[in-house]
Amino acid sequence: MSATTRLSAARLNRLFLAGELSATEIVDAFLSRIGQVEPQVRAFITVTAAEARERAQRLDSRRKADGRDLGPLAGVPVAVKDNIVTQGIPTTCGSRILEGFVPPYDATVISRLQGAGAILIGKTNMDEFAMGSSTENSGFFPTRNPWDLERVPGGSSGGSAAAVAADECAVALGSDTGGSIRQPAAFCGVVGLKPTYGAVSRFGLVAFASSLDQIGPIAHDVADAALLFSVIAGHDRRDSTSAPNADRVAQFQPGPDTSLAGVRVGVPREFFAAGLDDGVRRAVEAAIQHLGSLGAEVREVSLPHVEYALDAYYVIAPAEASSNLARYDGVRYGYRSPGAESLLDMYLRTRRDGFGPEVKRRIMIGTYALSAGYYDAYYKKAQQVRTLVVRDFQQAFAEVDVLATPTTPTPAFRIGEKTDDPLAMYLADVYTIPVNLAGLPALSLPCGRVDGLPVGLQLIGRHFEEPLLFRVAHAFEKTTTHGQARPPLDG
Amino acid sequence: MAISREEVEHVARLARLGLSEEEKDRFTVQLGRILEHVAALQRLDTEGVPPTFHVLPLQNVLRADEVLPSLPREEALARAPETGEGTFRVPKITEG
Repeated sequence: MSATTRLSAARLNRLFLAGELSATEIVDAFLSRIGQVEPQVRAFITVTAAEARERAQRLDSRRKADGRDLGPLAGVPVAVKDNIVTQGIPTTCGSRILEGFVPPYDATVISRLQGAGAILIGKTNMDEFAMGSSTENSGFFPTRNPWDLERVPGGSSGGSAAAVAADECAVALGSDTGGSIRQPAAFCGVVGLKPTYGAVSRFGLVAFASSLDQIGPIAHDVADAALLFSVIAGHDRRDSTSAPNADRVAQFQPGPDTSLAGVRVGVPREFFAAGLDDGVRRAVEAAIQHLGSLGAEVREVSLPHVEYALDAYYVIAPAEASSNLARYDGVRYGYRSPGAESLLDMYLRTRRDGFGPEVKRRIMIGTYALSAGYYDAYYKKAQQVRTLVVRDFQQAFAEVDVLATPTTPTPAFRIGEKTDDPLAMYLADVYTIPVNLAGLPALSLPCGRVDGLPVGLQLIGRHFEEPLLFRVAHAFEKTTTHGQARPPLDG
Repeated sequence: MAISREEVEHVARLARLGLSEEEKDRFTVQLGRILEHVAALQRLDTEGVPPTFHVLPLQNVLRADEVLPSLPREEALARAPETGEGTFRVPKITEG
């Protein structure tokens, strides 16, 4: 493996700007790595080799011409989840219903990446329409966990997390509706951030559950995640749910200080109840103890309604999805089934043939929950429970600054282990879902291993307090070795 | 909570979702299990609790009423499965 693909995004940028590595050399190194390991990992739906090389050449020319204002990600290869639209490059959402769809515009995050000099190296695999916790629900093929190819990488941003873990890109973008950045980051041993709702524009993110979805970074280390976040965050007038104060999210600058004196860390007792794997529990408890040794004040707190969060989520998210996915009807873009004799027949056939089983299941749940006679019992009730979850967090954050929990109840499970049991699969996100209901920022970082598989520590903060999450995570990372390990991949 | 096969067929029709016979059988079982699980929500007393439809205090997000560039018609039609005379074409919706 080339040493280049082991470098951080920040380092690649510095070497490129200093003229010590050309963008072309960087891109060639990563494309070579993709060629070596992609047959095993299968993280990408589309590798944009030609576009990446062309962009690298343009960056090299610009650097030689004047070298100014090339951007904090100049020369850095970035992989992007395939539910973020890219002008002129296929965007499938992991679904056959969008196979071959080439968007006519860029998502705001893509424009911002390009403005920062990043190089798009490919579109990553995902559970269809971001519905899933294993990337087995992709309409194309499953992605494999680089730490153990018989196991899932997590989902739905499994392709992005696996691509980073396998050194196929320097950093990646994912999207997180119920844990879809943090859960695969934990399973793949990398850092993933679900930003505050509204901090990053959703313009050009294919909608799944609009009140929960958020785009965020996946990286090898905290500094790279913070760098990528600083590029994509900020208000966007094209997204009516973009927070007006998103421009004021303070930037994080990693420094040598690892003291956490003055930081109050809350440990919610409900996250350490039945169902938590013993090995994961030990790793996370040791990590929290380590935060204490760095000067943080650690105390137990309670979030009494989080046990209902999963149920509320599996009403709210499918309800929003059933509405959002109504647009896939075979009229304006995407797949249309042949042979229909009427308009209704065309809708029924197109959606029957174009959607996979998990998408159909969630459309059915959502339509049922919103249908006449059931709205109050399911949808309204779930949104009221959401309020109780939000209040739990508000009360906890009156006492502490950050919450520390496991990211997932178990390490990565085996491919096929949960595919026939949707409820068992849904439980994989039990620790990440409450954060989305409340719109809070949360970060997962490696904190140990169980039987050779990575374990994630989840840090949750108040709205727009990403810099504090980065500070705590960076202090942990700098004083431990968990984040330095790489998967034992051939190639 | 049990859900009948007829209810599955009704919901699928509402969702404009064609299902195979095997899918109808499978969803009847799976949706029943999922609905039984989420019925746990009913245990909570939410009397007087307002619903949270959105976590940010945003309302009436309006911009100035100005004409801005939009997707050209050719671009919009370029991705459609079937077009004609500058429109999207679909199967007929009238009798005869």
